[in-house]
Amino acid sequence: MNTIDQIPIQAATKRAVAEDHGSTAVIAVQGLGKSFGNQRVLNGISLSVKRGETLAVLGRSGTGKSVLLRIIVGLEKPDSGSVLIHGQDIAGLELDQMGKIRKKMGFLFQHAALYDSLTVEQNVAFPLLHHQKELSKTQRYDRVRKLLAEVGMEDALAKMPSDISGGMQKRVGLARALALEPDILLLDEPTAGLDPISSGEIDDLVLKLQQEHHMASIVVTHDLHSAKTIADHVALLNEGDVVIQGNFEELQNCDIEFVREFLKHA
Amino acid sequence: MIDGTLSAAADTAVLPLKPSTLPVSSTVSPSGPINQFLEWFGDLGIFAWQVFRAAVTPPFEFRELFRQLDEIGSKSLPLVALAGAATGVVLSLEARYSLTRFGAKSLLPAAIVFSVIHETGPIITGLVVSGRVGAGIGAELASMKVTEQIDAIEASAVNPFRLLAATRILACILMLPLLTLAADFCGLLMGWITQALVEPLSLHQFISVGFNGANFNDLLPPTFKTAVFGLIIGLIACFQGMRTQGGAAGVGRAATSSVVLSSLFVILADVVLVKLIILFFP
Repeated sequence: MNTIDQIPIQAATKRAVAEDHGSTAVIAVQGLGKSFGNQRVLNGISLSVKRGETLAVLGRSGTGKSVLLRIIVGLEKPDSGSVLIHGQDIAGLELDQMGKIRKKMGFLFQHAALYDSLTVEQNVAFPLLHHQKELSKTQRYDRVRKLLAEVGMEDALAKMPSDISGGMQKRVGLARALALEPDILLLDEPTAGLDPISSGEIDDLVLKLQQEHHMASIVVTHDLHSAKTIADHVALLNEGDVVIQGNFEELQNCDIEFVREFLKHA
Repeated sequence: MIDGTLSAAADTAVLPLKPSTLPVSSTVSPSGPINQFLEWFGDLGIFAWQVFRAAVTPPFEFRELFRQLDEIGSKSLPLVALAGAATGVVLSLEARYSLTRFGAKSLLPAAIVFSVIHETGPIITGLVVSGRVGAGIGAELASMKVTEQIDAIEASAVNPFRLLAATRILACILMLPLLTLAADFCGLLMGWITQALVEPLSLHQFISVGFNGANFNDLLPPTFKTAVFGLIIGLIACFQGMRTQGGAAGVGRAATSSVVLSSLFVILADVVLVKLIILFFP
């Protein structure tokens, strides 16, 4: 069993050959605050991710990691602060205006959130059906097959989500998230609830997709092994604040007690 | 910890709630059934406005609309027809007994026809559809909500108000009058058959006597008022479904409340609509 120190930082090494990252942040979160009732979930956090970069957001349960992703994709409204996507502030955008920005985003939900009344093929075709109406039925089918082949699920076209495993559902969710060729990928606990082999497969898949598509990505996870595999840098959240933000070396060399405690138990 | 203090006060009813101390957060609502009802109505109004805006702006979800027309219209037809037919039989038997008792048996066809097309057909259709469709929409959307499928639709840059709510509400509005005509037809047919089984009465006689003096004002306003029933059923069921929280129990609550509230509001709306029809189509 490898310790976390022994895991090679694959993403950072492989990302060295990635295309030009550009200097402008694709996702810029500034002073984001969010409360639910009297519970403060995010306490004015700031993050940014450039094209081709992957940020892993780590932290204990209930520290607002998923809320952060939901705010970035516009499913929750922040109480304070701003989210800039390609420099555009998404605060106050109407649903249809936000839709234009969401077309550039792929979102993998924690439990995949596949449409349970649609087949795997129809699930992946859903965004294409609504946003690429110019595609013929054959073109759409070919595109869906290609996406499912990318995630190793081309044999499950006609299956219903209830007929496939959790890991497979996440693969299909990933294919659906990539359907519109987004330049932002948001992954909420991509390996949660999966066995180590399936987790490793999902990690490899995400890494492969990142390298092929050069998206700006944020991965929310508890899994430090997974984070180290797929992310360039990390942000560790605790009680609504970013405790540390940097690369894995900085994380491992950090003297903050919470960080040391987190790494010890990770 | 203002919220905590308020919660404790609300639970134990020791401290009175003062408006000035109420938290601003929308997640903590003032207690009391009247406030909750007003809050529910306000949320319903906002929801209706969002659905309306989504419905009148492109892109239009025709594919989903046609699917809902089939789901709500075609698949409700057997149930509505059966309910209409059963109502026709009961009405016929009851009317025969009452009118014979008061020596007005000759009015029997007219009594059946007017009862069915004026009130029984529309209200039975409204209640049957609120039961079948209201529960179906409420449970389906609630299940989608708690499993994040509605969020997934939104994250896919598709407006869920347009795709899920507007299509279902519009299908209800369009289908209720047609289903009412089917209920009317079955009710009248079974009303005639019930009479004909007791004593000889041809269909021609039944129709000519029953519709004697009737005009379009007797048929069209009561039939088209069910479009309002459709609006109520669709709107409340979608609203209750899409605001669900709390897993399987929440889905159950959404389905139940969709049926109860839509049935209640259909009956209340009928009171107002009957008065308006009498006023404007005497």
